[in-house]
Amino acid sequence: MTTSSTTASSTGSSTARPLLQTRGLTMRFGGVVAVDHVDFTLQERELRCVIGPNGAGKSTFFKCLTGQLVPSEGDVLYRGTPIAGSGSHRIARLGVGIKTQVPNVFDGLSARDNVWIAAAKVAPGRAAERRTDEAMARVGIAAIGHRLVGQLAHGQRQLVELAMVIAPEPDLILLDEPAAGMTDEEVDRLVDLIAELNRSHALVVVEHDMQFIRRIARIVTVFHQGAVLIEGGVAAILTNEQVRDVYLGKQAASPPHASRGEVSAQRTEGS
Amino acid sequence: MDYLVILLLQIGSAVASLVLMSIGLAVIFGMMRVINLAHGEFLMLGGYAAITAFNHGVNLWLAMVVVAPLAVGLFGAVVERLVIRHLYGRLIDTMLATWGLSLAMIGFVTVVFGNTVSGISAPLGSLSIGAYRTGAYEIFLIGVAVLLLVAGWLVLRFTRYGLIARGTMQNPAMAAALGTNPSAVYAVTFAVGSALSGLAGGLLAPLSGVVPTIGAAYIAKAFITVISGGAAILSGTAIAATLLGAINTLATFAFTSVLGEVALLVAAVVLLRLLPQGITGRFFRRAL
Amino acid sequence: MKAGRVKAGPVKAGRMALAGNLAVLAAGLAALFGLPAFAETYLIINSTIFAAFAILALSLALIWGYAGILCFGQAAFFGLGGYTYAVAAINMGETTLPALMAVLLPALFAGLLGYFMFWGRISDVYLGVITLTVSLIFYRFVNQTAGEQWNIGDAPLGGFNGIPSTPILNWPGRAGDQLAPEDIFALSVGLLLAVYFGCKLLLATRFGRILVAIRENETRAELLGYDVRLYKLAIFMLGGAMAGLSGLLFANSVFVSPTMFSLPVSGQIIIWIIIGGLGTLIGPVIGCILMQVLTNWLGTVSQIKGFGWVDPNLVLGVLLVIFVLLVPRGLTGLAAGVWSWLKGLANRAPAERSATREQTDP
Ligand SMILES: Nc1ncnc2c1ncn2[C@@H]1O[C@H](COP(=O)(O)OP(=O)(O)OP(=O)(O)O)[C@@H](O)[C@H]1O
Ligand SMILES: [Mg+2]
Repeated sequence: MTTSSTTASSTGSSTARPLLQTRGLTMRFGGVVAVDHVDFTLQERELRCVIGPNGAGKSTFFKCLTGQLVPSEGDVLYRGTPIAGSGSHRIARLGVGIKTQVPNVFDGLSARDNVWIAAAKVAPGRAAERRTDEAMARVGIAAIGHRLVGQLAHGQRQLVELAMVIAPEPDLILLDEPAAGMTDEEVDRLVDLIAELNRSHALVVVEHDMQFIRRIARIVTVFHQGAVLIEGGVAAILTNEQVRDVYLGKQAASPPHASRGEVSAQRTEGS
Repeated sequence: MDYLVILLLQIGSAVASLVLMSIGLAVIFGMMRVINLAHGEFLMLGGYAAITAFNHGVNLWLAMVVVAPLAVGLFGAVVERLVIRHLYGRLIDTMLATWGLSLAMIGFVTVVFGNTVSGISAPLGSLSIGAYRTGAYEIFLIGVAVLLLVAGWLVLRFTRYGLIARGTMQNPAMAAALGTNPSAVYAVTFAVGSALSGLAGGLLAPLSGVVPTIGAAYIAKAFITVISGGAAILSGTAIAATLLGAINTLATFAFTSVLGEVALLVAAVVLLRLLPQGITGRFFRRAL
Repeated sequence: MKAGRVKAGPVKAGRMALAGNLAVLAAGLAALFGLPAFAETYLIINSTIFAAFAILALSLALIWGYAGILCFGQAAFFGLGGYTYAVAAINMGETTLPALMAVLLPALFAGLLGYFMFWGRISDVYLGVITLTVSLIFYRFVNQTAGEQWNIGDAPLGGFNGIPSTPILNWPGRAGDQLAPEDIFALSVGLLLAVYFGCKLLLATRFGRILVAIRENETRAELLGYDVRLYKLAIFMLGGAMAGLSGLLFANSVFVSPTMFSLPVSGQIIIWIIIGGLGTLIGPVIGCILMQVLTNWLGTVSQIKGFGWVDPNLVLGVLLVIFVLLVPRGLTGLAAGVWSWLKGLANRAPAERSATREQTDP
């Protein structure tokens, strides 16, 4: 938290500089290019949705941002500080929280202990307890605090993880398919929560559920085969033909559309 | 000049015994991700099988090359059925259970054969190179090690079993999807790995003799060679054995045989720190 | 009804834990004051060894059971503690400082080794290989230290014979005024109790809770901002210190020899923990004492004619396989399972009755 204020003052204005910026970010696994020269910019307190078919590289992109993977190429700047290749814990301390696609929770601990571990990183003693209770109340899991997380349903585990992510109040929140496995009620609460969180935090949300995207999104970035296919307002994106083709599994660069996107044309050549 | 030849022969012999000691473990670890901590006792059993058969009038070569692998291979098949099968995918638990197995085998063999050293003298006599003499049997073992590696390569490269084995190595789920039954592949692999350990135990028996507790001397070196070698069964084992065997021999020549072993162990620790995935985890990834 | 159980849960669990702690304390104090009253010196010394081993069991129970670090070479720290003490005590005469060194040096060595392993991000199995290898290095090295050239100051390392002249602890500040076997026994049991409750306290602190979280999910802990390596290093060093302490006590009831570094010692600790129950503190202590009693007993029985087949290795090995396959949570887990099964039986009867009443009610 202190880091953010010092870096902010050193450059003078914080509005001009984005919260997060990637330049040419690339991640290769042997021959597979999972993330391909991605330039991505996120302003302070922005809410961005990221969509893309299975295997488009969304989760890998998140892993590069949070230090779980060291990118093969390119930069990641967090408030101007390069963080590509830093350890996960360093990046987390700068104020980046992530809910991963496969829930990463402490299965052998109670739900409350899970959230407490998250809160205790940034707050001592009683303050940690208070933050824990607050986060659990916000997410709506106060009633299951004593249950072992390993025994909870998938949706509830997601909620526990969400509470863990927000308990330290990170400046940037990354959510990878947060609505998966949730009941309609839980999804409703999630939508409200995201809106509320967005008042003071920047968020990047990856989701496959278009209904959900429609309810929360303003700007959407579409990933396809590791690269950014297109970026724009939610209404335009969701009606975009190219995006639909990509989702339906057609080759985006098949002859009728070849003229439309250079990026996708290159992709097919490459693969 | 003669000195150099002897030194090279010693290195070759050290490398060969490392290869022999670890090949069975490597096959089982490489293909099944199972670490058999009773591996040393499998070798011990091979040694006892060979010696017992020899004492009952079986030809020495037959005892070492046929009886020992057969006996230990069968034993391995039983162990796979009773213990290993129930623990697939639980690496640590397999290590613990096979550790228990190793203790039980030591105990059992002690009860049956007593806690004394038995031995057979090495066949083939000795060779002289200039002013030095060396056992011809050691040179024979170098040949066997090379033969085993080449045979292993041929099997993996050209046979149907090799194809299935390579598939299973890379991706067990995919092999299952292709219609081969992974549990059958595992059972065969474990038996083959055990038989190789039995063969090694039989062949090494004339050099080291056998005691119920001799497994401890084998397991550490085998374990270290295999892990340092990394994912590729044959090339990993060969490279790691060459590296560690050379270091061992050179340090033995320079200091004492114990310090030679210490040097081997230190080298392995440093190697693992630098290449946590083993040598073939970093280099020669496509190798077998 | 549900809310009621939520509140009752922790309170009841707290009461159970308190009862458990009191029971352990009572057992420890009973041994501490009861045993010397009637037991012969032989039994006292044997019990001292048990207490020393129990501390060794706790050292691995802590780092494996609570931090998820499976060290296959805990014997390295055990032996290092013993040898450090023996060598320093022979050279210095007065034993207080050597005793401290016997705890500190293994801790420092664990720090060095831990730095090497945890900063290299070495995974479970590889960690097992490295720790095992390190203990083997010690074993091989110390085994060949017979002869003058291996003297450290006045202390001969003695090769495979060890140092039979390992000095006994003296009262602090009074060199030569040695502790009697009863005193060493009291010291060992006292230290065992201190270490046991120390571990309990540690696990209740923020540090301890985070450690368990790291065991549960290292990635999540990292993503929350914890530097996992530091936590692992700290607990690994503490485990090294505890094993060193155990080596010191062992050196005072037997003497130091290379077997302290050997594979069977490391293996034994793992067996104690598996039999007693991984992830608990009391389990490994119970496992240790049971197994030691069993091994000693088997050792005597197998000498009797006709019972030669009762080889301790055979029995221990079979037990280990059976526990891994069938009782993975060890004796404490088994006991907890039986206990909750009994409670379920006891609860079911009234519950069934009330269920039938509810059905007939409307
Ligand atoms: N560790 C890895 N090793 C090799 N390939 C990987 C690895 N992780 C991801 N990949 C590959 O990278 C590509 C992108 O995967 P990623 O999980 O990022 O996709 P995604 O967009 O999150 O998909 P989904 O919507 O299914 O979650 C895939 O082809 C995947 O197989
Ligand atoms: Mg994904």
